[in-house]
Order: sequence, then C-alpha cells, then structure tokens
Amino acid sequence: MFSANTEKDREEMLKAIGVSSIRDLLKQVPGKYLYPAFDLPETSLDEQQTARRMKALAARNTAPLSFLGAGAYERYIPAAVKALISRGEYLTAYTPYQAEASQGILQTIYEYQSSVCALYAMDCANASMYDGASAFGEAVRAAVRITGKKKILCQETLNPQYLQTLKTYFADSAEYQFVTVPHKDGLVDPEKLSALLSGDTACVAFQTPNFFGLPEDAPGISEMAHKAGALVVTAADPASLGLFAPPGEYSADFAVGEGQSLGLPLSYGGPYLGIFSCKKEYVRQMPGRIAGMTRDKDGKRGFVLTLQAREQHIRRDKAASNICSNEALCALSATIYLALLGPEGLKELALANARAAAFAAGKLSAVKGAALKFKAPFFNEFVLEVGDAARLRERILAKDHIDIGLPLKDLYPALGQGALLVCATETKTEEDILRLEKALRENI
Amino acid sequence: MPKQEEVKYTKTHEWISVQGEEATVGLSEHAQHEMGDIVFVELPKPARNVEKEKPCAVVESVKSAFDIYAPVSGQISALNDEVTKDPALINQSPMDKAWLFKIKLSDAAQIKDLMDWNAYQEFVKQNAH
Amino acid sequence: MNDISRSDNRLSMEKSDPGRRGIRFKNTLKAKENVPAGLARKTAPKLPELSEFDVVRHYTKLSKINFSVDTHFYPLGSCTMKYNPRVNEEAAALDGFAGLHPLAHDNAAQGTLEMLYDLEKRLCALTGMDAFTLQPAAGAHSEFTGLLIAKAYFAKKGQDERTEIICPDSAHGTNPATAAMLGFNAINIKSGPDGRVNPDDLKAHLGNKTAVLMLTVPNTLGLFESRIEEIVEMAHKAGALIYMDGANFNALIGLVKPGELGVDIMHINAHKTFSTPHGGGGPGAGGIGVKKHLEEFLPVPRIKKESGTYKTDFSCPDSIGKVKAFFGNVGVLARAYAYLLMHSKKELGGIAENAILNANYMKSRLQEVYPSYSKDHCMHECVLTPPSELTAKGLKTLDIAKRLLDYGFHAPTIYFPLIVHEAIMIEPTETESKETMDAFITAMLEIKREGAADPQLLKDAPHTMPVKRLDEVQAARQPNLRW
Repeated sequence: MFSANTEKDREEMLKAIGVSSIRDLLKQVPGKYLYPAFDLPETSLDEQQTARRMKALAARNTAPLSFLGAGAYERYIPAAVKALISRGEYLTAYTPYQAEASQGILQTIYEYQSSVCALYAMDCANASMYDGASAFGEAVRAAVRITGKKKILCQETLNPQYLQTLKTYFADSAEYQFVTVPHKDGLVDPEKLSALLSGDTACVAFQTPNFFGLPEDAPGISEMAHKAGALVVTAADPASLGLFAPPGEYSADFAVGEGQSLGLPLSYGGPYLGIFSCKKEYVRQMPGRIAGMTRDKDGKRGFVLTLQAREQHIRRDKAASNICSNEALCALSATIYLALLGPEGLKELALANARAAAFAAGKLSAVKGAALKFKAPFFNEFVLEVGDAARLRERILAKDHIDIGLPLKDLYPALGQGALLVCATETKTEEDILRLEKALRENI
Repeated sequence: MPKQEEVKYTKTHEWISVQGEEATVGLSEHAQHEMGDIVFVELPKPARNVEKEKPCAVVESVKSAFDIYAPVSGQISALNDEVTKDPALINQSPMDKAWLFKIKLSDAAQIKDLMDWNAYQEFVKQNAH
Repeated sequence: MNDISRSDNRLSMEKSDPGRRGIRFKNTLKAKENVPAGLARKTAPKLPELSEFDVVRHYTKLSKINFSVDTHFYPLGSCTMKYNPRVNEEAAALDGFAGLHPLAHDNAAQGTLEMLYDLEKRLCALTGMDAFTLQPAAGAHSEFTGLLIAKAYFAKKGQDERTEIICPDSAHGTNPATAAMLGFNAINIKSGPDGRVNPDDLKAHLGNKTAVLMLTVPNTLGLFESRIEEIVEMAHKAGALIYMDGANFNALIGLVKPGELGVDIMHINAHKTFSTPHGGGGPGAGGIGVKKHLEEFLPVPRIKKESGTYKTDFSCPDSIGKVKAFFGNVGVLARAYAYLLMHSKKELGGIAENAILNANYMKSRLQEVYPSYSKDHCMHECVLTPPSELTAKGLKTLDIAKRLLDYGFHAPTIYFPLIVHEAIMIEPTETESKETMDAFITAMLEIKREGAADPQLLKDAPHTMPVKRLDEVQAARQPNLRW
C-alpha cells in the first residue's frame, strides 16, 4: 500500500539482483509455508473510508461526563503540547543511537530528566518507563537487588493495578514475600507498619496520595523505614507535587510516578509515561535509557545516551532490566507541559485539582444518603458512601450520561458496596459538579 | 609494582601476583588495550568469599561490559578504591596503580594451574582474530 | 524573546526568566484545599519559567537538529523505520478514543473494545495464532509477557524443573535479559557458519530442563531459518515451547503464518510492522499471540463478545495477571488498526515482498564493496561489513556510520548482531523508493573512496552536524544527567 516501487522499479531491481521474480528470493523459506490462506478481508479501505470507519468507532465510545480517576486522570492538554509533539522530526525518529544526528531528542531527554528531578526533588532520573505501574515494579526490583533482601512491604491502599503489576514483575515467585500494611481510616497505620518492619525488609513501597486519594504521612513512613534499614520506594502523582512534599524532601530512595497527568490523553490506558527517579548512589541500578551531557571534540556542549553498559543490548542476561523501547514521545509531552506551566503553573494546577475535589466533596456529601468515607484530607479524589455504588453508577450512566466514579467493592470488599471513588480534576467546572450532585440527589 | 613477566595469568585475562597467603589481582595490559577506555569498575563487596573462575567484579567501557573472574578461591582482603574513583587508571597503569583487589588464598595450590608470561603470550596470539 | 541567536543551544532551564508565565489555570470554584502543614511542599520545583512562545520556539528549534523518517532515510536494521501514515495519527487523536478513561464502563467503551477485538482477530488470522493479548507496551514487554505465560504453563503442568531458555547468539539482547528477569537461565547457542541455528548444536542443549526456545524469524542477519521444521520438531519433542520474537515480522507479513511453523508464542511490534511512529524511542505497542493450549494464561482483562456487545473479562483464574496498569498502549494500537484497514490480504503480502526486494537490491548493489556476512539472499534486511581497504587503514564501521550523516542519511544499525565483527545492518523497508536507495548506495560507495584516499576525513566525521563527534567516554566517566 505505502510502497513506492513501481512495476518498472521492481523489474530493474530484480534484474540488478539477478533473479526473475520475488519468489526466487524466498527459496530459503520451505515452500509449503509460503502464501497460505488468510482469513482476512479481500478488499481494503482507502484513506477516506479508513478515517470514516475510525470516526464511527470513536463515536461508539459515548463520552459521558466522567468523575473517574484511580490512577488515570482527565486533564486539560495545552494546544502547544499537541502541536509540538506532532512534529515529524520528533514523532518519526527512533532512539537516538546516532547522537550527532539526534541532538534535538537527546537534549529534550536531558531536559525531561532535569524536570523530573526538580519535580520529585530527586538526584537523577531515566528517560522513561512504560507506565507508573511498571516503573513501580522496576523500582522495587532495584531495591531488592541493592539490599539483597526479599521482604517487600506495600500499603493496603496501593492502587491494585500497581500491586498486580508489581507481583508480575517478580513472576509471582514464592521466593519474595509481599506483606500488606493495613490502613487505619484510609491511611497507613503507623503501629502496624512499625510491627511489620524488620531487618529483612528490602523496602517500603507506597503511593501518595494513596488509592483513596489521601496523601500519606510520607515523611513519617520514610523515617520509620530507614530506621529499620529498609529502602523507600514512593509513587507520587506528579500533579500533586505542586502542593505536596516531593519524595526527595523525605529522602525517598526511589521515586516513581504516572506521567499521564503531564499532558497525555487517557486513551484507554496508554501510551502513558513511567517516571523513574532515584538517589545518586543508585544511578547504576536505574533501568532503561539515560541521556547525559558531554562535549564534542571541539569542546562544544552536546548530549549522548550514556551508562549504556547497564542495558540489555550489552549486558544481555546480566542487565538490570530488559526494557528497550520506552515512552520517549510521552516524556517529551511531559517536558513541554512542565515548561509551559513552570513552578507557578504547577501550583495552580494542583490547587485547581484540590479545590475542584473539595468543592465536589462538599456538595456531594451534603446529598441525603451520601457521606464522606474518610476524614483525612484528600487531593483530587475521595471515597464517598452512596448505598449501592455499582447500581447507582449504571443507572446514572444510562439516564444522565454521567460516570459518577469507581465503585470499590470488588477491589476492597471490606469497604462495602457503598464505597465510590470520585475524582474531580481541573477539567471539572462548577456546572459539571452540580450536574453530578443533582444526579445523585435524584437517584440515591 | 609487579613486573608483567613475573605474574601469573588466567584465560580471562586477569593477572595475579602472590605474596605469601595473599594475592593481588588486576587486568592484563593486553585486556585493557582490547577494551579501550574503561569508564566504570564495580569491585566485590569487602570480605566476600570468591570462587575460582567465577565472576566477582565488572569492568565497563562505553559500549561493553566485562566480567572479572576470580583467578583463585579465597576471601577478599583488600579493594583498590582509587580505581573505582578513577577507572581510567586501568588504561594508564594496569599493573600498578590499577590493581583491583586482594584475595586471602584458601588453596595456594590453585596458582599452579595458571599461565606464566610466556604461556599467556602464546594464548593471546592464538586467540587473536 | 529568550532565544537570541542561531548558535543559542541553551537548555529550557537556562532560558528561564523568573516571573515569565506560560499556561495558567484560573480558579473559579469556591472551595478551600486542605494541605496539612507537615505534608506541604517546602520549596518550589526549579522548572523553567517561560512564555508559551518561548516554549514553542525552543522545541521547534530543537526538532530541527534531529534526523527522522519524515526528513531522512533511516535504514536502522531490526527497527523497521517505515513511513508512518498520517491518517493513523488523526484516527488515534479522535476525542472518542483519546478521551476514553481506562476504567470506563464497558457500555461507554464499545468503540474501543470493538476495535481491539477486531485487531486481535486480524492478528490471529495474520499470524496463525489462536488468541492475542494487546496489553504489553513494547517488544521487550511482550517477551516478558510471553515468558511469564510459558512459566505459568510449566508450573501448571508440574514441570518447574524447566528453567532454561535457549537463545541463539544472534538474538536481540532483550531475549536473554527477559529470561534472566524471570529467573530463567539464558542458554546461548552458537549460530552455524551460515548464520542460522545449527540443529546439531541445538540438540545438544535441549533437554528436560528446557522451557523455551526463543527464535527470531527471520533472524537478525535477515535470514529465514530454512531448517525450521527440524528445529521445531526437535524442541517440541524435548517438551519445550517455541517463542518467536516478531521484531522482524515485516519480512513475513502476508507471506508466512508463524503459527503454521509450529510457533507456540509470538509477539508483534506495532511500531515496526504496523507503521506506528517510533516517537524518538517510544511509545511502541506489543502484543502476544499464543496457541490454544496457552490461552488461559493470557493477561487480564480479555475482550469478549456476547450477543453483539463487547465486554472486558477479568475472570481468568490461570491468567498471569497484569504486566502494566489498565489495558495496553491503546493509542498506538488504534494507529496499527487503521493501518490494517488500509490493506487487503494481498496488499499485506505486498508489504513483505517489497521489503524483501528492497533489502536484496541494497545488498546486491553494495556487497562487492561492503562484503555481506551471508552469501544467501536476505529477507527484509542485510548485514554487511566494512571494506578491507578501509579497515587496513584503521577505519571502523563507526567512522563509516558517522560519515553517512554528512550525506544526509541516518546510519544503519551498527555493531549488531554481535556475532558479526563490525556489522552494518541495513533495513530499507518497503516504503523507501529505489531513487532514495540509489542515493544511499552512491553515498556508501563514495565513502569507501573517501576513506581509502583520506582516512582522517572519516575519522573526524561528522563534519556537518550541529556537533562534532561526542565524547562518550567522558559522559560515562563523569555522568552529568540533569541540570
């Protein structure tokens, strides 16, 4: 379809090769496997028909007013982000293997690493991982490698998707012990944490704000972990860091995050951006690509991929990770997004989220039959008690075209069938929230 | 400083110089030349027990990584921190300033299995591509 | 304007001017945030402070010091740098797709679910596999998923003693790295003199400890394993599974179904075979196809169709679980799907045919000067080596690669596969024209002449890039990884 070869080109090329047909080039393939029957369409669509078909499919996604969060957040994406990352020079390049011809991308990776370090207050960052969950898995793996210990403490209120991915990253091996630290009123119970920490603990791995939207006492958790000789792995929503303490301020050893919040569309789960950062002493334990600054032979500043001998293409079975392709273009989105916002914009973003959620919580908890589940302060999502959350969600989705949030019963049976995780980001207006309030009032 | 004619060699290009119950280990002049600019060295943990012919350290150039194998079994008794701080020493002074670690021997007889200078020279010649 | 001259190569952080603002978020809601004192951020992050215009100019300028498929021939072997159709971009960016939350109710996600369901179905038809998951985010992530499935399969069969993964020495580094990540031992087998797996050597390594034989088909030398039947039979007889690394599937699409070769597990790379853009290193999208006996182990959720409605199904007790949060890189998969819509079954075969034709043309025109590792015809890529006249003068593949940049061509993949000394691995792909390839061939021949006459010219290359050759030794010895 997209081949440029004309019939004449093909003939000339075959002649230059010295064969009479393409079949002659395929003699290395046992004939019985060639050109089998395919159960695929006989005809193809032209570009216009393809666009039409894709539009029709996209329209079948009904796009309700949505209050879903739980690890992926509806965000306003500045027009400049979309325009810049659509440039073919970025979009259609690959990993900058030839540094001199890829200074643009290499510099943006260096700027990305610098921005992540600033945002998370960490020493160093890599060029990106697949998503927040896989970055979290890789960080815990690094903590296990460094300490040589095999007990991993995770908070009960860790995003269940992260926990599942984490366990998969250890191949569910019985060799490793995953211990859950129970929550008390929605937050890590410090007494339980203290009791579970022991000399054989590799790390305490937690997210903040946690899955219920509540910022943990991260400095307290970190101090307890370090006292017990364990490392600290924190997953933090980058949008929360305009208000809340970054992992570096409480000495986290590894800090990761879901970078989708930084200028990426929801797209049903990907492509997202795994943010990965750590303390200086663990730089060689970082998986994946890393860009570094250096000089050319005339002394001019330039950028290269560096510390490559950690990676799979060199270290093979002794590499820290198998990651090869990463999420470079998503990292570029995040870099541009952060440059557009700056420190003030980031603070405004965090405030807009915190206030939208506070406003929503105030309105919704005043609805008869609804109440806030936890008393602790929250960032941009909170757990609401609403009777039968799953049924209410179905009903309001069908009737009012609103997705009221995520029912938690399947994930946290102990919370009961009323628990609903409601999220309001900067995209939610007063009118949106009042629509939700009205729907709840009418349907509870 | 041990003379390269007086130490023993492994097939994996380490040199080893024995002083009583302790031996000093480094990388051969030939090996450092083949690897090119060394950018990173990771030495074994202090007091670790190492086993003959098992990897116990790593040396990296820009685009490759090489395992360093223990020439003999024993316990690590000293590490050269200078070489960790400045890996280029391996290129500049592989026999002297860039010794890597010392091993307290657990079986002194193992030394006999290793090549002397002449045998190593011959080995390198045969394995040249 | 904070961008003052052509030679201004400052970072965004260096262009920062305190007080300058880009995007703002104005608050209109009457509510108060609640940040406990002990949890508040103490110091603002040192992000650049720039206007929107500053940002647009900065990143537009940076884009211009970068090679890409859109702007330059980019024959990176094993990476399949083909043209990325623009209609794919439009399709993926449609609000209906881009705005869909991953936890959306199935009823609100029917369009995306239908697309993924049909994509899985078409991939099954194309590869001869029985079931697909599209959850992995990339090729290596697919390998991880595939080997987890193998692990779960043997665990269920009570064959935990199968701890070895056999990989040929020509394999991508991700193969042994993935094996090791999952606690397997990676067993390296040497390629035969023709660059293919030597069945006798394979036989010596197969046994009741073997879990999986990982094969790249065609392999990284661009060669099809002609003795594939024998190899597959041998491995299956030993009780092992066959994993096919589909990085090079562009050579087989519409020509050969790996499922018919006897492959049990294979992956595809949307960003290679299915024309989705490489994005400067990613995102890609993977996918794992398996035969019936392995379907129960695929990650959750699976997509099911029940009386015309699509559903996400989490009820798979033997599933390996999740390899990432939510679903896969759906935005990338939408592009791959649009690409498939634009190809009939015959046109799919045309992709591979033209890719193979182009690679063989390249090889036949260059091999007299740049000796080919293999005498055989190649599939979608060829591996060449530098002329002896140049190596005799101390020139290396790296010097040739750097000189190519001066001619306006991205260099091929170099020094891979590891089994070829000074390898130059060229994959033109089917979307490059004969005219472009001829220009590349002329440049390669000219570089040989230049190197023979003036080796220093190549050693100092590139001469026309924004920077001269960069000091990678310093970069690694004293890492400077952030501002």
